[in-house]
Amino acid sequence: MTFWVSQSLNSLALGGLLFMLASGFSLIFGLMRVANLAHGALFMLGAYLGLAAVKAGLGFWAAALTSALLVGLLGGVMERTLLRRLAGRTLPQVLLTLGIAFIIADACLMLWGGDPMRLPAPPELSGAVRIGDAVFPRYRVFVIVASAAIALALWLLMERTRAGAMIRAAVDDVGMAQAIGISSSTLFTAVFCLGTALAGLGGVIGGPILSVYPSLDQDMLPLALLVVILGGAGSLAGAFVGAYAIGFIYTFGQVLVPDLAYVILFLPMVAVLSVAPQGLFGRRLG
Amino acid sequence: MPRSTPLGRSVRAGICAAALLSLSVPAAFAQQVPIKLGFMTVRSGALAAGGKQMEEGMDYCLAERGGKLGGRPVELITVDTAGQPATTKTRAQELVERAKVDVIIGPLAAFEALAIDDYIRQVGVPTISPSAAAEDLTQRKQNPWFIRAVGTSAQANHALGEYAAKDMKLKRVATIGDDFAFGHETTGGFQRAFEENGGKVVQKLWPPLNVADYGSYISQLRTDVDAIYASFAGGNGLRFLQQYSEYGAPVKVIAQMTTVDEGILKSMGKEAVGVISSGFYTATQDAPGNKEFAAGIRAKFGYDPGYYTAGAYVACAFLDEAVKAVNGKVEDKQALMKALRAVKLDRGPYGEVTLDEYGNPVLAVTIRKVEQKDGRLQNVVLKTYPKVSQFWVYDPKAFLANPVYSRDFPASKNIGN
Amino acid sequence: MSARVLPYAVVLAAMAMVPLVSTSPFYVNLVSQIAIAAIGALGLNVLVGHAGLNSLGFAVFPGLAAYLVAWLSTVGGIDPVTAGIFALAGTLAVSALFALVALRTTGLGFVMITMALCQIVWGAAYRWTSVTGGDNGLSGVPRPGASLLPLERPEVFLWLCLAVLALALVQLGHFFESPLGVALRGARDQPRRMNAVGYDVWRIRFAAWMLAAAWGAAAGLLYAWYHQFVSPHMMAVTASAEVLLMLVAGGAGTLAGPLIGAALVVLLKNLASIWIERWVMLLGFTFVVIVVLMPDGIVPGFTRLRGWLRRLKPAPAPTLVPRERADG
Repeated sequence: MTFWVSQSLNSLALGGLLFMLASGFSLIFGLMRVANLAHGALFMLGAYLGLAAVKAGLGFWAAALTSALLVGLLGGVMERTLLRRLAGRTLPQVLLTLGIAFIIADACLMLWGGDPMRLPAPPELSGAVRIGDAVFPRYRVFVIVASAAIALALWLLMERTRAGAMIRAAVDDVGMAQAIGISSSTLFTAVFCLGTALAGLGGVIGGPILSVYPSLDQDMLPLALLVVILGGAGSLAGAFVGAYAIGFIYTFGQVLVPDLAYVILFLPMVAVLSVAPQGLFGRRLG
Repeated sequence: MPRSTPLGRSVRAGICAAALLSLSVPAAFAQQVPIKLGFMTVRSGALAAGGKQMEEGMDYCLAERGGKLGGRPVELITVDTAGQPATTKTRAQELVERAKVDVIIGPLAAFEALAIDDYIRQVGVPTISPSAAAEDLTQRKQNPWFIRAVGTSAQANHALGEYAAKDMKLKRVATIGDDFAFGHETTGGFQRAFEENGGKVVQKLWPPLNVADYGSYISQLRTDVDAIYASFAGGNGLRFLQQYSEYGAPVKVIAQMTTVDEGILKSMGKEAVGVISSGFYTATQDAPGNKEFAAGIRAKFGYDPGYYTAGAYVACAFLDEAVKAVNGKVEDKQALMKALRAVKLDRGPYGEVTLDEYGNPVLAVTIRKVEQKDGRLQNVVLKTYPKVSQFWVYDPKAFLANPVYSRDFPASKNIGN
Repeated sequence: MSARVLPYAVVLAAMAMVPLVSTSPFYVNLVSQIAIAAIGALGLNVLVGHAGLNSLGFAVFPGLAAYLVAWLSTVGGIDPVTAGIFALAGTLAVSALFALVALRTTGLGFVMITMALCQIVWGAAYRWTSVTGGDNGLSGVPRPGASLLPLERPEVFLWLCLAVLALALVQLGHFFESPLGVALRGARDQPRRMNAVGYDVWRIRFAAWMLAAAWGAAAGLLYAWYHQFVSPHMMAVTASAEVLLMLVAGGAGTLAGPLIGAALVVLLKNLASIWIERWVMLLGFTFVVIVVLMPDGIVPGFTRLRGWLRRLKPAPAPTLVPRERADG
């Protein structure tokens, strides 16, 4: 019993972490059809910036906010100056975003050195809670709650606000949306800022669990892609379900079939994609 | 192997060059031509932290000797292997074929050293490993051109196994370690010595090297054992110890050297305090010459030296001794290799150290404990095992007849007890 | 035809003559690496450039072939040539199985499923230590060769690589102009119409997949013989991404693009790094600059530049400039 409880909590925490990682990617892909392969690097940059802010004396929460803002800003600049020219052209986008990922990763190594570093959890969230016989870190409870809160906020933004309505309209039909006076240019930049800011925020919130180290980007990018594809590219609900599904599959898979630890993430994905090529919640595209 | 292989040619060329030098060139002039020293480190990617420490160890060694080894000036050619085997091979070719180095110090990771192992044999360039610990490099796949300046994966862990059973009186231990050769070999060495001294390893977990989160593994770790043995490399020790403490750390942790190495200890917090580990080098160890070395590194770079710093320094010091022994004639590669294999230091980070006939150091292994001291975390020595060889107390022949330590060797007969 | 072949012949001949002018075998080996990388990129080009199927798991083909030949010729004790033939056949057999899964998807789904398949093989190579050596890999892979063809000599090995590269260029050049090649591009641009006019799109794509696998496997064999060592790193996501970057930087869909992209990446990684410490960043900046100046890659960029210059000249009547396809 304790086994199931504690591993389910672990699954939820990992799922929450994965949602933080993937929601921004999914948002951007949904609206702009851009697979931002610099997402992992932006996540790592967020973690480093958060750490730098904490070391500079800011509190954890202020650091998280600062980092999200800075990474979002960088995302906006990326979109305005570079990605904009490449609308709808997959291969140049891949080349550009991977190129940017190389630059960010190497810049992090230059600026902060290669030493793996700890990003301490805020003091009010350190320590563990007891649930039955299971011991569970308080910070992970927070990650579960925070990811649900972010999911809810994003859902409200998309479904209940004017901006959300515009985004949804643009997702469905960019040309029509422009025809009725939605400035897709501003909208695209805004969404890209939001998506990358979420990556930055995710980096800081993930920091106390993952720690901050070079190649964090390479460890995270495949996970983000997995979540997005399993859930269905561009669907927020899909990213949410995908993240938690992977959290459970990964955790229980590793525990129950340790010999498959390396492939446990990819076997279900191959299975899902060969049955439902658009992912669990994806819509068929044109 | 046909006689016209590069090995044959370069050896003969080397001998000819040496003969020419000794005949026609005045000794004083030969002393002025710099030794070309190829240094393979990592500056890009995940292993860059270790690479930086290696560079600092090397830098310190050369500065201490006024830029000269064995009286000859040194031209240091540093290359970045990026922690990739294929890149390492190309960098080795660059050093040997383009820069025409006399000696190589490097590379960092075991899989990098294995990637160039055959190439080193073919071209016959003396190579000193400042870090790569894979057992077989000085055991079952001995390379005539290769010696090591650090212990093998298991060398210090045999000692920890005995210490855990005899001195700490631990009966049952669960192990968790990185799922790659270094993790398997370190854990295997510990398990063998621990079980032969009456202990039982009752659980073994192998999280993948790039696992996102240790949570699910920590929840599986048994709490009815006397200790957890942790074997992690790079940043994984940091993540594991931090997460283990978040889960309440119900059982005390004993660890393999790199889990709490000085190079990573500086990034750790109070979760590391109390961890007992073993190592072939400890910054605080009382070995002749180490006090000066550790203080010097601390003064110059601001931290305590660890695995990589000491490894690169000793590799460089070995070379210094060997160059002295051949009177600076490094062009005679076979003579240099012979001198390297016979190398012996009385002072330095390790104190007294010699090489066994396989080219691996015989040195003191310390058992140490992490303590908060002088405002920082330090490994404090509890016990010293002098003159530990890679074969521990076993007969080399019998040892080598066994397979190399792996997930399946030694056999785990006490799992689940 | 001969006017089109000439530049390739000149470039290959120049590469083949590097050993005559090179001061050190290092440069010879570097050219071999370019040739091997180019063969891989040419294979990926069939999928990405002509079938419109973007793959982030191409390294699985060279990876499988390299592991098979390494295992067969070390542990298995088979002579290198026979091992190479078995490795090619084995890789094609596994690839055919993979095609059944991968070709069910297109677009991002295909990107991901190819990545997943490659990761599964990578995971097996990493975990199945008793067979694959785990992260230590398999070393001591023998090069084939006899007294007549001493492949242990860098220049002879280079010539072998160039011969395979020439074969790849000729075969793929023919393929792209063959009815099947045209049908493949038709299936890329208008899959439904192709279906409607009676083409079996799946079969066309399957042919492309197997062709890509075959050249990928050839590159893998040469890789294993060149390095005489295989390890799981050659199947990491970054390895697949590297081939894709070579291809896109050079110009997907063109015949010369993969060669130029491979040369660019191999030289930046292994030659520029001699003088520039932060070569990873340089690589990143190079990609960004290429995208900004020539979004479709170097070869289409220059083709356009040439057409543009020709139009500036007051010269003869305007001719139709063959334009490379912009990715749509």
